[in-house]
Formats: sequence, structure tokens, C-alpha cells
Amino acid sequence: MRKFFATGAIALAAAVTTSLAFGPAAIAADEPKLPELHWHFEGPFGTYDRAAAQRGYQVYKEVCSACHSMSLLAYRNLMEIGLTENQVKGLIADIQLPDIGDDGAAIERPARLSDHFRKPFANALAAAAANGGKAPPDLSVMIKARDGGPDYVYGLLTGYVDYDALSPDAKAKLNKELDIDPSTFAFGKDDNFNKYFPGHRIAMPPPLSDGKVTYVDGTKATLDQEARDVVEFLAFAADPHLEDRNRVGIRVILFLLVLAGFVYAVKRQIWANKH
Amino acid sequence: MASSHGAPPVFKNKIVAWIDYRLPIFSYMEKEYNTFPTPRNFNYFWNFGAIATVMLVLMIATGIVLATNYTPNVDMAFDSVERIMRDVPSGWLIRNLHMVGASFFFIAVYIHIFRGIYYGSYKSPRELLWILGVVILLLMMATAFMGYVLPWGQMSFWGATVITNLFSAIPVVGQSIVTWLWGGFAVDNPTLNRFFALHYLLPFIIVAVVALHVVALHQHGSNNPLGIDPKGPQDTVPFHPYYTMKDGFGITVFMIIYAGFVFFAPDYLGDADNYIPANPLVTPTHIVPEWYFLPFYAILRAIPDKLGGVLAMFGAIAVLFVLPWLDTSRVRSATFRPIYQWFVFVLVIDFVVLGACGAKPPEGFWVPLSQVATAYYFFHFLVLLPVLGKIERPLPMPASIADSVLIKKAV
Repeated sequence: MRKFFATGAIALAAAVTTSLAFGPAAIAADEPKLPELHWHFEGPFGTYDRAAAQRGYQVYKEVCSACHSMSLLAYRNLMEIGLTENQVKGLIADIQLPDIGDDGAAIERPARLSDHFRKPFANALAAAAANGGKAPPDLSVMIKARDGGPDYVYGLLTGYVDYDALSPDAKAKLNKELDIDPSTFAFGKDDNFNKYFPGHRIAMPPPLSDGKVTYVDGTKATLDQEARDVVEFLAFAADPHLEDRNRVGIRVILFLLVLAGFVYAVKRQIWANKH
Repeated sequence: MASSHGAPPVFKNKIVAWIDYRLPIFSYMEKEYNTFPTPRNFNYFWNFGAIATVMLVLMIATGIVLATNYTPNVDMAFDSVERIMRDVPSGWLIRNLHMVGASFFFIAVYIHIFRGIYYGSYKSPRELLWILGVVILLLMMATAFMGYVLPWGQMSFWGATVITNLFSAIPVVGQSIVTWLWGGFAVDNPTLNRFFALHYLLPFIIVAVVALHVVALHQHGSNNPLGIDPKGPQDTVPFHPYYTMKDGFGITVFMIIYAGFVFFAPDYLGDADNYIPANPLVTPTHIVPEWYFLPFYAILRAIPDKLGGVLAMFGAIAVLFVLPWLDTSRVRSATFRPIYQWFVFVLVIDFVVLGACGAKPPEGFWVPLSQVATAYYFFHFLVLLPVLGKIERPLPMPASIADSVLIKKAV
């Protein structure tokens, strides 16, 4: 009978493990393998690297925000990545937002801390019209909205290849590596080639490159650095309470472990003469 | 059995005695949760009823708080959930508890059902107890499905579209039923509104059915790992403190694993696509339901015919309603059924394989695999169980629960 409990436990464990394995991972199985980076916010003790997130905001502000909104974020949220109130006020001093004046007429006014990030386009139609018919996605929860999360977004930002400029040999090698069938792969002149984007044809031209921004903290702005920094910022944007979550989580689990120990001891005591 | 023990309790507290004389809630609690004679040989599989109850209460408590901050409107639902995650004090905690809680509620209930199947808890005189349990499972599925629609992400929208469209497979009136369910000609604001209303209502109906489930349980008392009835006081212990404490330990351990996901991997069991706001014009590459529906989703897709698939999917639950009559063996516990005990594990593996098939796109070898697994699922219930009960020779059973416990202690 004991043996069967063991078998049962193993079967259930296998059942649970398999369902976990097949759950979220299932969809990404056919995609190319993403780069696996170490992120400061990973793991139960993870926190956001404040300096990287601040640099990441600079990348978003100077590059991404030309096309991508982050409508769930407010300027006050920037105080959560280590900036003081006055620093944030300085950062947004030159930002003007559309509003309705007291007389009901459309006006522009300076951004306040409580305002949400300025949207690059007045509405979704304008965004689509200015971008070849498809509105650039909002980036507020982008890290949560893609399988692979930060690794995927980093891969996308750094995964551009100048496909048409490749030598025939290099192109054949890349096609093989990414499982692309050249006879059906319709790569147009408006397309950009990306190793990690599903289907490898992406409308967005390479947004980042070496020296695309000049960091205020003096960090050398390589493509890799810019991509890491903006991912750090986007990760914060998608999950602003991660640090609270980790801190509370560790306390809750420690509490429950101690509680489980006490409850088990009392249970043993109570059952001592009944087994 | 519940009636087999002592005189009504005498309460020293005068207020308690006054109330109890008029409304016997204290006597009821005393009888059903304190002195209630419970088989002394439960293993930890018997924790999962209590664990599921805790999860139900937790889901309702967190759900009410979420409802006070949620907006059921197609233009605002997604942002209102994000508002809870960002700006509502501790909103991230409440929402993660609720979202991950749905998965852990199903984990508890699936293990609880496995326990019932392995130890034959559905057999006479507990058939209605079991059927009420299957009703709870169905209500949970409906509630979870509608709850998943509320954040109004891509999987919310397309999951709702796929599942409600299943009813169009019904001949003649199918399309009218779908329009009626939607409250329009597509999944839209009226759909979201009614799903929210029903998602709030159904859990309280679940509470009512759980109450009936408990009444039915206490009529004849719990089954136990040996599957033999207690023959006297030596075979049982009072529910409190013995099982309150053992359940307390099981619940605490379950909570540790649950908390691990809530705090350190809240999105692990979900789908990334649901963080993309719903867009009726863009269909996701693969529409998949939440993991706890995957086996049934695989059964749905295994049948090449739409109506057939729908019937098979509902049949997979319906077959559970008649399980007490499909299993012809008079022995309850698989412990004494040398052949059946292996087939229970084969069924578990089959269920997991179905889950894997449900997660994969229906192409390649996953299609025949899901068909074989679906066929086996029904074969188990409709052919194997009735036949096995007739041909299997059960092992000798101990004379009583006390005998078995004391022999084990002596060894």
C-alpha cells in the first residue's frame, strides 16, 4: 500500500510538473532561442537597478516615445526609480500636454507629476496612419505581454540583421539557423529583418544603435547598454510593485514555514497515542 | 453515524445556551465539527476538501475587494485591472491572490477528485455526495471561465469568443443561443457586463452547493483509505482536535506553495497574450484556455466535427455524474483492487497527456495523440470500469480500521 502512495505521489508530481512545463512554455517552443541575460530584478531577492532604469527612461523618452505610448505610467511613477520630486519636475519641465481650458477650448499646458505619459499620437487612427497602417503598441506592460519577457524585448532590440546586405552564404546560414524557407519568405523593401520577431519581418526599423543617446550619467551608450537599460525601465513599468512583492513574499513564506513547523508539532502531540 | 453519538451538549455560557435553545447553531457546530466521529486512518489526501474550502473563501474575499475597484466596460476593464495592480493600495497583492488562487483552487479540487476516484469515495451510500461535487466542478469551470474574461486582454476576448461559439454547434437554435449569450452579434460590452454579473453570482451558488456537499458528507461520514465503514468508537476519532489540526497542517503547507507563486511567479500560470488589450481585429496565433481547462480543450479539438467535439467535451464531465454506477466493483478503495489501482494512474497520465495536447497547436502528431487520449478517457469510464468490477479479484481486507492501524503500529 505504501508503494502505491509513492507511485501516486510520483504520478501526481509528474502530472503537475508536466502541466506547468506545457503551460506557458508551450507557445514559444517553435521560436528561436532567446538570449538569456541576467536581470537585476530576477529571482526572489531581485530589485530594479535604479541607475539602469533611469537611463532606460532616457532611452524611452528620446527614442521610443516618438511612436510608442506608455499610457499606464504617470510622471510621478519616476520617483519610484530613485529620482527626487524636483528631479522629475525638471525632467518634465519642457513637456506640454493637450487639455481643455476653463473656457472649453483645446489648450496645451505644462505636464504635472500626476499626469500620465504624453502620447505621441492623438488617437489610435492617427498612430496607425503615421506608421504604415498599424499603430505601434503601448509599452506599459510590454514585458509581461510577450513570452520570454525581458529576454525577448532585449533580443528584439538587438536582433536586427541587414538581411538584404548579407552575402548569399551568410543568408543561407541565417535561413537555416532560423528555419526560414527562402522560397516562401516574402521579404519586402519596407520590411526589417529581426531574428526574434515572430515571422522575422518587422515594420519597426532598428530603433537603437551605438551612440543613439548621450547618457546624462556618462555611461557609454552602446546598443547592448541601451537595450539593457530600456528593458530595465520597461520591466519596472510593467511590474512597479515587484520589490514590495518580493519583500512581502519572503516574510510571508518565512512566517508560513515557522507556522507549519508549530502546527506539525502540535498535530504530532495530539495524535501521539492514536497512530 | 452522525446520530450515533451522545446527548446534546450543555452550554455553560448563558447567552450561548439561550441562542442555542432557539437556533441550534452551537449544537450543530459541536456535533458536526467538534465531536463528529471521523475515521482515524486518513492520509494527507483527505486534506484537500478543507484546502478547497479555504480557497473558495479566499477567492470570494479577494474577489469582493477586486469588484469594488473593477470597471466592467470594454474601454476601461483592462486599464482598471492595471489600476488595481499599480495604484490601489496592496491591489497587486489582492489581484495576484485572486488570479493565482484560481489555479490553486483547481489544483486542490483536482487532487480532491483524484482522491475520490482512487479510494472509491463515490460508491454507495455517497453517490449524491459525489454528484454534488461534480456540480461544484461545473460551477467552478463556468466561474473561472467568466472570470478570465474580465481583464479584457486578448485571451479573455478570444477565449470568450471560442467558447461561446461552441453553442452554435447545436442544430437549428445554436446561432440564436450564441446571440442571446453575447447580448448582441459579437462578444462585446453586454457580454462583459453579464459575465461580470455572473462571475460575482456563481461563487455564492458554489457556497450553497458546498453546504449540501457537506450535509451529504456528514450523513454517512467520510470514506477512508481502506474504504471500509467504521464499526465502532475504536475506529474513529473526534473531528476536533484531530482533523482540525491535521487539516491545519495540510492547509499551511499548501499555502506555502501557493504563496511561492503569488509572490514570486504570479504570471507563470497565465498567458502573456492577456497583457495585450483585447482587439477584435487581431486574432492571437494560438488561442489557449487556462491550464486547468486544457484536458477538456484537447477533447473538444480531438473530434473533427464541431458538434461532436462539443458533445465529447461536455461528455467528459457528464460521465463523472454516472461514475458511481459505471464502477461495478463493490470494493471502494483501490488499495484492495490490484488491477484497478494501476488503471487509476494510467487515467491520471492520460489526463496529463490530454492537457499537453490542449496546450499545443492541433497539428502534427498532437492530433492523433489527443484522439487516442480522448478515446482512452472514455474507454476507462465506459468500458474498463464496468468490466473490471466483474472480473477483478479484490485483495483480502482488514476486519476493521482499528485493526489495520494497530497492526501497522506493531510492525
